Amino acid sequence: MRIFIKLKRYWVPYAWWGAGGVVAMGILTLAGLTRPWLLEQLIDRVISRRHFTELPYWALAVIGVALFRSVFNFGRQYLGQVFGQNATFDLRQGMYDKLQYLHFKFYDNAKTGDLMSRVTADTEAFRMFLSFGFIQLMDTIYMTVFSLLVMLSMSVKLTLVTLAAMPLLLVVVLRFEKVVHPAFTRIREALSDLTAATQENLNGMRTVKSFARERFEIGKFADRNRAYVQTNLDAAGLWASFFPLIELLSNLAITLLLWYGGTLVLRGELTLGRLVAFFSLIWYWIWPLREVGYQINTLIQATASGERLDELLSTDIAIKDGPDAVAVPAMAGHVHFENVFFRYDSPRPGTNERLDHHALAGIDLDVPAGSVVALLGTTGSGKSSLVSLIPRFYDVTQGRVTIDGIDVRHIRLQDLRRHIGIVLQETFLWSATIRENIAYGRRDAALEEVIAAAKLAQAHDFIMETPLGYETVVGERGLGLSGGQKQRIAIARAILNNPRVLILDDATASVDMETEHEIQVGLVHLMQGRTTFVIAHRLSSLKHADQIIVLEAGRMVERGTHEQLLAAGGVYRSIYDIQFRDRQQEVTRTDESGGGFADAAAAADTAAALERGDR
Amino acid sequence: MGSGVFKTARELHHRRKPQAGNNAERFYYKEEVVFEKPFDWRQARRLGAFILPYSRLLIGALLMMSLATVTRLAIPFLIAQAIDTTLSGDLKATFWTAWLMKYPAATRLNLLVAIMAGVHLVNWLANYLRIKLTNTVGQNALYDLRQKLFSHIQTLSLKFFDSRPAGAILVRVTNDVNSLQDLFTSGIVSMLQDFLTLVGIVVIMFSMHVTLASVCFVFLPFVLLITTRLRSRIRHGWQLVRVKQARMTAHIAEALQGIRVTGSFHQEEENKEFFQDMNADNRWNWLNVQRFQAWFHPIIEIMGAIGTMVVYWYGTNLLRGGSMTVGQLVAFATYIGQFWEPINRLTQQYGNILVAMASSERICEYLDTVPTVVEEEQAKTLPIIQGRVEFEDVVFAYEEGRRALGGVSLTIAPGETVALVGQTGAGKTSIINMLSRFYDVQGGAIKIDGHDIRSVSLESLRSQIAIVLQDTFIFSGTIMDNIRFGRLGATDDQVITAARAVRAHDFIMRMPEGYQTEVKERGSRLSMGERQLISFARALLAEPRILVLDEATASIDTRTELLIQEALAELLKGRTSFVIAHRLSTIRGAGKIVVLDHGRVVEMGNHDSLMQQRGVYHGLIQAQFKFFSSAM
Repeated sequence: MRIFIKLKRYWVPYAWWGAGGVVAMGILTLAGLTRPWLLEQLIDRVISRRHFTELPYWALAVIGVALFRSVFNFGRQYLGQVFGQNATFDLRQGMYDKLQYLHFKFYDNAKTGDLMSRVTADTEAFRMFLSFGFIQLMDTIYMTVFSLLVMLSMSVKLTLVTLAAMPLLLVVVLRFEKVVHPAFTRIREALSDLTAATQENLNGMRTVKSFARERFEIGKFADRNRAYVQTNLDAAGLWASFFPLIELLSNLAITLLLWYGGTLVLRGELTLGRLVAFFSLIWYWIWPLREVGYQINTLIQATASGERLDELLSTDIAIKDGPDAVAVPAMAGHVHFENVFFRYDSPRPGTNERLDHHALAGIDLDVPAGSVVALLGTTGSGKSSLVSLIPRFYDVTQGRVTIDGIDVRHIRLQDLRRHIGIVLQETFLWSATIRENIAYGRRDAALEEVIAAAKLAQAHDFIMETPLGYETVVGERGLGLSGGQKQRIAIARAILNNPRVLILDDATASVDMETEHEIQVGLVHLMQGRTTFVIAHRLSSLKHADQIIVLEAGRMVERGTHEQLLAAGGVYRSIYDIQFRDRQQEVTRTDESGGGFADAAAAADTAAALERGDR
Repeated sequence: MGSGVFKTARELHHRRKPQAGNNAERFYYKEEVVFEKPFDWRQARRLGAFILPYSRLLIGALLMMSLATVTRLAIPFLIAQAIDTTLSGDLKATFWTAWLMKYPAATRLNLLVAIMAGVHLVNWLANYLRIKLTNTVGQNALYDLRQKLFSHIQTLSLKFFDSRPAGAILVRVTNDVNSLQDLFTSGIVSMLQDFLTLVGIVVIMFSMHVTLASVCFVFLPFVLLITTRLRSRIRHGWQLVRVKQARMTAHIAEALQGIRVTGSFHQEEENKEFFQDMNADNRWNWLNVQRFQAWFHPIIEIMGAIGTMVVYWYGTNLLRGGSMTVGQLVAFATYIGQFWEPINRLTQQYGNILVAMASSERICEYLDTVPTVVEEEQAKTLPIIQGRVEFEDVVFAYEEGRRALGGVSLTIAPGETVALVGQTGAGKTSIINMLSRFYDVQGGAIKIDGHDIRSVSLESLRSQIAIVLQDTFIFSGTIMDNIRFGRLGATDDQVITAARAVRAHDFIMRMPEGYQTEVKERGSRLSMGERQLISFARALLAEPRILVLDEATASIDTRTELLIQEALAELLKGRTSFVIAHRLSTIRGAGKIVVLDHGRVVEMGNHDSLMQQRGVYHGLIQAQFKFFSSAM
């Protein structure tokens, strides 16, 4: 129950609606109890005692009660919904808000599926309870208590005898609730197996077809299909055992009522009208008892969901503006890493590997404004970690990163990130127009600015070839673009704000050889006048790098220009030499094919090997 | 909370239709699928055909359903008899109860109670069997339907899969079939049950008292009119809500996917504003349906009350005249009370049927799709081939007017390696698609050892061609299973031999459980290079005569890079090979380099000869690597 207090800021503002619903429900149930009483009056007064002149009043009273009830019936349902919907609105908004601001570290660990189910399924379970379950639960109490009072006032004996059957009904209902949940879970699991198998088959269709394995796949599917059907049949077996049984117990209770009540009538201890009224009143016990398992379950689910929601809502967003954050309207772009240490206290992004050592250790790197730094190294050497510290995707563990002499932790996040343009490893485009995508960082950018950025990123030409140009919708639901085209839009997006610092994190990793070259040409222009950090791209842009840094296990092992590093004969050189075999072959042919091409080809292979060494 | 402004529902007014904010249009979400379709007999018959094999069980289910309905309807009648023969002031026996009158009152009551208990037990048994039988029929029919759909999809050609996202196909196999579940397992039987209940009540009421029954049912048409009207309004309202919710879910999924982009561009507040619009819109639509929905039960109740009032008023007057008994009056009131629930359910079921129609139409659309690549009727089995491949003026277009291959002619000798080079869209992939007969040529012909590939069976063709894709597909299962996919009958030793040959053995043995290590779909535990080596082993195990390789561009570490180059040499040895090459070393190693541009062969030859030509190939290579000629 504590969870409802923890989450009170979401529902308390609307508590009056909920209270209204509960009150309406109470009035509704009370008014309902007049119906058996009306029937009793009809039989005992009008018919048995022959007061036929009263007939119109009793008959009209039936309509009156129905009209009265209808207002409250509407009220309890609608008020409950208003209560639940408003609270859920706030809850959902609060969650979205939180998700927007949570730090990258959180997302490194989080599973999207889990977050999705919190925002959708858990919110829904919580809503169900607020707008419906809660009022129903109250009604269970109303119905049993009110009707018990009425029945006791009519006949104590008959009440006790008829309710004797109720505990048995309750036991069966609770037992059912207990077995039905595992059955549902098994159905869900079997379905997700079936879905996963189908999805795998569809994703691997080319492989399936190329090995002509269709029949094998059909057999695999049949197994899963059979298993799924079986879990459904098992669950149906449960329905078959329990529903008719619950029905039978309810009916037997009524039969018991008729037998004992009839005996009382025969003995003259009860009027016929009262007995008939009891036939209705007993349902005020049977209905809630049948539902009680379901209601308890709704409550348990809402509590569990609430816990999960609260867990997410109370996660610390970790990276935010400090109290001493300063506005930095303009920056030159002088980046300085001062003895930086950094460790992930969670598994490395995208893997399950937990690093027990620092991702970065003792990095001292001074990057003057406008210069270009290239970072090389294998997977896990710390390249991405290093650049992530500049826009504060993560905060350093020790040491500091400064821009123009100011610690990045003291710069307003908004300003910091506005001055940094980033092209991430994986290109992500929104389901929006190309224009919206490029102007993602600044929605009010004029079309001219968007076009200028697209031209710089070598994207303008292919954009103009799309059906609606800049208004073409792309992303998951829009026009499919090739990897290279997406990449170029991402680059245009990064430079729209004319950032002083540009970070290209493996920007050309997933495009093919020919396209990579095209992108490279554009990048050379982009880097001019900006402090640029480049990770693992073609060596042709390394040529422009003022320093090349080779990282190994979080440490800088080499730094210098291309020429210096080749001459130094260290790691850089040795990776370069892996292709020596090829190169030697080329040397023998150099005379025929002429020029320095042979070396070029060999070196390019080296470069490819070197760059790709880190994936 | 995040650091921005958080607006509550209260601040955004809970009732007014929300007005779109500044950022309402930043993302696009298309309208989702059609929710319902009008009833269509042809579709219904097609679906019915899946139940036909289980018709004997179905008949059993229907019998049990009838028995359950009759026994349930008998109870108020029996209570009426108990009242009239035992409890009422003036006793009255009917045709059914005359035999009871010879017993004393207490015995009469006991006997009737015993009969009632017996009826309840029969009802219990009938319901148990009904549920069992209907589910057996329904689930088996669904199994058949799912199996038929999946098997049919397996026969379809790649054109089908290339022209729609895998997710869309998946939804039909799982969701659309499952949306028929309620209809198949309980829907039809429960509709018949409701119908039977209604008929039963009408018959019993008329048999008890014709005039009273007629007066009661005068209101029936109004009730039906109002409920169906209201129902359809509510149904459409809910559909709109579902669309809104689907959009909201889609957006949240997208927002999570792009969260790093949002962070990089500091767009949290703007996105929140966008979501707030969606959220408010959803709430408004939801409450809007509720404004109708919440009236539904009150209206049904008022209708019921009118019926009850008529019974009381008119019935009591009849009773006064002696043409009616107290028991009958009570029974009438009970039956009238039970009359509305089946009507309510039937109108609801009607909506479900329309939804099922939409699903069944989508399912049938797939079942009616025919493969575009079909075997000839007298397709012969391709004998073991040498591997001589000829493309004779091959013309092909994926879509009308967008030519992918414009007359390609190639002759490849057995055992020769061909490297395909060219820009994206030049036709490299199309050549591979043609050769494996994923698509059929639209002009010209492809011959292997002189056999036109359209004249041989698909299985015999594809079993001699192995294809290694750029994006290696790893199935969930053990590494052993994944390699064995290349030849299902291969022994463990044969699998290991293949893995050794392509240098995959060492890294596999380093995994926690070696060949028995479970890998997840897409092989997330494996590096790109390792996945490639596994797919090499898979291809090698298939012992193909022709190898098609779409070389991966993705980066790999230097050690694996060397392994891959060795493995590649092993794989290409002695086979006719088509390679979409991304490594210069692979291109140079090829006996023949085919340079493609806009679906045509522009240059052909080996590396040296093409370099000397100083044509397209030379330019391509030069442009990319010129840096080194100046740097060195």
